[in-house]
Amino acid sequence: MLILILAAMLSIILSFIADKQKTLEGIKRGLKMFLNLLPALLTVLTLVSIFLYLVPDKTIIKLLGAKSGIVGVAIAAAVGSIALIPGFIAFPLAKILLAKGVSYTVVAVFITTLIMVGVLTLPVEFKYFGKKAAIMRNVLSFFGAIIVGLLIGLFL
Amino acid sequence: MIHKKMLKDYFWFILFAIFIIGSLSLGFDPGLKIYANFSQFFLEMITFLPLMFLLVGLFDVWVPRERIERHIGHGSGLVGMFWVILLATVQPGPLYGAFPVAYILFEKGASIRNIFIYLGAFSCMGIPMYTFEIGFLGLKFWFLRFVFSLLVFIIIGIIMEKYVGRDFRVRPGTGR
Repeated sequence: MLILILAAMLSIILSFIADKQKTLEGIKRGLKMFLNLLPALLTVLTLVSIFLYLVPDKTIIKLLGAKSGIVGVAIAAAVGSIALIPGFIAFPLAKILLAKGVSYTVVAVFITTLIMVGVLTLPVEFKYFGKKAAIMRNVLSFFGAIIVGLLIGLFL
Repeated sequence: MIHKKMLKDYFWFILFAIFIIGSLSLGFDPGLKIYANFSQFFLEMITFLPLMFLLVGLFDVWVPRERIERHIGHGSGLVGMFWVILLATVQPGPLYGAFPVAYILFEKGASIRNIFIYLGAFSCMGIPMYTFEIGFLGLKFWFLRFVFSLLVFIIIGIIMEKYVGRDFRVRPGTGR
């Protein structure tokens, strides 16, 4: 997190020296994006807070923890493929899950399937690429995402 | 001033806030525990998210997107692949936002393989997204995912080109 703070300060200073007007515009855009996302973020945090109260830590660790094996990966892949969560929210969510004892493999599979596979957006994809290509792309991405997730888990 | 849209956007959160305030004043235990969860998560996010979005905003104004777009379609081999990946990494947003761009790439003469590589890169590699990934999951997680997903979506692009065949067309997305 320290890297982030330093990076942000340095970028703002450099940007400001280079172009004051552009910097202000950038800050404005960034804050606007943040405000646009805030309701969704608060809703997700609310749901996660309730979910983590209702589901005991033990159950989470059993289903999604380091020893959950194929069950954890399957749950992560299914949720990741279907859910439509922007990365801006998915990454903070992933951190909460890690802190709760969910394994890196499960989190990684969730993230990779979330960003690479879109079951709910398939109808849109059909219109551009046709059914055959769109389904194949998602099937390949599904297995590719699981492989990437498993590999990340292997190294972390 | 309270807008109608704002009320709608924050509807669930307002409901939740009322529940929490009620729980706090009545000492309703499940409510207190849920609130403890929420406040912990919220504090953690609110300290870093504005900073991250600031970086995303600055990135948005500084990146020369048009200059990259000019190179698309030139050369369908490795050079073309480089440019579609670069284009994908500077564009933020969800994957369905990439479909219309894929059509434009097709019209501009990008190879089928590079169009699918573009889709893979778009979903996996947004630079604005990296701020969040590194901030919340660390540099190592980001690096591993970067390397492995790069390999995977290039392979997917190659397979897709073989699979869909020569007469494949990307459609403008407006028809059926």
